Amino acid sequence: MADTPMMEMRAITKRFPGVLANDNVDFDVRAGEVHTLLGENGAGKSTLMKILYGLYQADEGEVLLDGEPVVIDSPTTAISHNIGMIHQHFMLVETLTVAENVALGLPSSKGAFTDLDVVSDHIVELGGKYGLDLDPSAVVWQLAVGQKQRVEILKALYREAHLLILDEPTAVLTPQEVDQLFGTLRQLTADGRGLIFISHKLHEVLALSDRITVLRQGRVTGHATPDGATRSSLAEMMVGREVKLAPDKPDVTVAEPALVVSGLEVYGDRGLVAVDDFSLEVRAGEILGIAGVSGNGQRELAEAIAGLRAVTKGSIEIAGTDVTNNRPIEVRDVGLAYVPEGRMKDGCIASFTVSENVLLVDHRESRFLNRGLFDFGAIREHSQGLVDEYSVKTPTLETPVRSLSGGNIQKLILARELEGTPTVLLASQPTRGVDIGAAEYIHERLVTQREEGTAILVISEDLDEVFGLSDRIAVMYEGQVMGIVDPATATREQVGLMMAGVRPELSP
Amino acid sequence: MSEFFTEAVLIATIASGIRFAVPLLLAGLGEAYGQRSGVLNLGVDGVMLLGAFGGYYTVLKVGNVWIGLLAGLGVGLILGLISAFITVTLKADQGISGIGVFLFGLGMSDLLFQRLVGTPRFIDTFPRIEIPLLGDIPWIGEMLFRQNLVVYLAFLAIPVSMVVINRTTFGMKIRAVGENPEAADSLGVSVAKVRYATMLIGGTLAGVAGAALAIDLGIFQQNITNAQGFIAIALVYFGAWRPLGVMLGALLYGFVNSLVIQWKTLGIITDSWSDFAAMAPAIITILALVVVATRFRAPSALTKPFERGE
Ligand SMILES: Nc1ncnc2c1ncn2[C@@H]1O[C@H](COP(=O)(O)OP(=O)(O)OP(=O)(O)O)[C@@H](O)[C@H]1O
Ligand SMILES: [Mg+2]
Repeated sequence: MADTPMMEMRAITKRFPGVLANDNVDFDVRAGEVHTLLGENGAGKSTLMKILYGLYQADEGEVLLDGEPVVIDSPTTAISHNIGMIHQHFMLVETLTVAENVALGLPSSKGAFTDLDVVSDHIVELGGKYGLDLDPSAVVWQLAVGQKQRVEILKALYREAHLLILDEPTAVLTPQEVDQLFGTLRQLTADGRGLIFISHKLHEVLALSDRITVLRQGRVTGHATPDGATRSSLAEMMVGREVKLAPDKPDVTVAEPALVVSGLEVYGDRGLVAVDDFSLEVRAGEILGIAGVSGNGQRELAEAIAGLRAVTKGSIEIAGTDVTNNRPIEVRDVGLAYVPEGRMKDGCIASFTVSENVLLVDHRESRFLNRGLFDFGAIREHSQGLVDEYSVKTPTLETPVRSLSGGNIQKLILARELEGTPTVLLASQPTRGVDIGAAEYIHERLVTQREEGTAILVISEDLDEVFGLSDRIAVMYEGQVMGIVDPATATREQVGLMMAGVRPELSP
Repeated sequence: MSEFFTEAVLIATIASGIRFAVPLLLAGLGEAYGQRSGVLNLGVDGVMLLGAFGGYYTVLKVGNVWIGLLAGLGVGLILGLISAFITVTLKADQGISGIGVFLFGLGMSDLLFQRLVGTPRFIDTFPRIEIPLLGDIPWIGEMLFRQNLVVYLAFLAIPVSMVVINRTTFGMKIRAVGENPEAADSLGVSVAKVRYATMLIGGTLAGVAGAALAIDLGIFQQNITNAQGFIAIALVYFGAWRPLGVMLGALLYGFVNSLVIQWKTLGIITDSWSDFAAMAPAIITILALVVVATRFRAPSALTKPFERGE
């Protein structure tokens, strides 16, 4: 193509203390196209985009807009160059209205006073044009995730962004919301805007992109177009070796139900019912996946099973023992292993060392005690064993867990929890924010555990993971089971509809 | 008890309750600006003390209460700037730096007083201004409309602040910065500028509050504020970070104080009882805080220094 790209980044290098986040990266976008940036966690995608948006300054390299070199030293400059960014984490002020969030930082037509009526009219107009329906006077915290995403896009469009950066915009959306978003994005490119799209989800990347650039450890490792690439070829470029996207699962004969949840009712933090008349059985030797958009009671369900949240109705049984409202330690003693979704908050103590975190569960065991005091020799030996077995990459056993990567922390937690073959394993978002390599490993471990006869309940927002791992999929919506499907026969669309609250028998 | 329920005493109690509320109202309002933008300033009492001394000393030397009030304003502005520098630019821990400012104000105001004045002397106080017509309304007129100018201005600051916080672009930035500074920053709002502005407003109002207190009493003494700066901070929570709430809290406090003083003067309660009664406002505040805490949420970024890019 002869025409100059609307944006070109040349030989960008960015260092953080101890990390080369971007290494001599070239990247460009032409008007009317979607150029995808693909890479594992920590590959440097967000860093590159933050440089483009003026949040970080590059150590080396230059940025050209329409062929002219520019210096983008702040978001204000980026905005004035018609660059908009949808951040990986929502950048919304929850207590303000949609209109206020859009108007924030812009000059008002009424001088010192806000002109929210004018802003609202324009929001409605833009929304109508691009399929971004919103009530401008709604307060943001009351909006659903998909709606918040629309506010983000409107913020950029309102500022007349011609180049739009979308940093993992689909991470929190249901498949239907993703379709809707893609509809909007295609309209934007049809109007001549250039889009930069970042996602881990390979099928999305293949569906939306015109071009794909792969980053690994800060460096560009490959280019692709959707017609010449497959999910596996992209994954290989990202990781640098062949990757199994779904684990091989040998047949296992399932036995008795090991976890039985019946008629469960649990309240959430805001005092509303979060889990509502929820019933489920998980059998020894099977993986049951719970799919659903986050915030539909999954966290409360997990906490109730683990004994961390009060059950107001119904019961939970593990291996035939009623553990309803038992203390966490009693539930563990019956045979529950728990990998919580909040890895740093609930899964480990970030400032504790690797061995200390291993000990969090085992500290009562006599083999680690010597006359009532810790036997550090035995503890070290045991921790070293787990670290080796699960190939947790850590400099020493005395390293604080905080300085390990997400994938390694997750492996350590898994190692600790899977010790001694639990009857039931409850794993919440086991690979969220974990790179493909570590995720592959964790999946293999879960499958191995299934062969050993553990009943495994996996709660995940990642449909690929749920489909790849599960023997059965239960869809959770507003605290209830919308239905249970077989991953071999169900489609993503069916599950997506159920995640949005449509009961299977009602759908055609 | 009966002598309390005379017209004159009741009116006087309410009128002085309104006057007592003024320093709390001004300082509390200033603190509310800071907290809405995410800065907890625990140094209010120190600023008030220095503002009180600055106001008192100026009146003593110049003989003009309004210049004295301006002196308090100037002192507050400077201390607001220093506080902003410490918390916004240096990103110091807000709890500790605020206590530092308080201790500085407490010590410095006393030192200056001992050095420059020594023996306390009375100064002029604010002249009362009777508002024509309104001041003639029976009861109400005497309670509300025969106050001094500072009282009127302080109460005027309430609706003004409501408009500023809720209806101006500046107010929207304050709310945004206090709730999610990253979001504001990503839209080109300067978090530092907004926080400097609110800290300057807060310092200025605290300085004026201190000067108003000293000039209203016509005297200065060590620790003249008697922790009113801390009560003002509590009132911001009490008032759920809203100007009107701060005003209600300040009035409640002013009335209870005025009541206790009246009862003591009239001998209705003994001294030891009055000590208990003096705790009433504190107890009411604690109870109200419990109620507020369960219903309203503090600005999410309160006490958190902002730094771009984690
Ligand atoms: N502000 C920072 N200070 C220090 N290191 C940083 C900072 N921001 C990013 N890094 C490091 O730079 C590297 C690239 O991070 P970046 O956030 O760009 O990755 P990413 O590709 O967006 O990953 P993800 O998929 O997790 O969002 C990582 O090693 C990260 O730890
Ligand atoms: Mg990122």
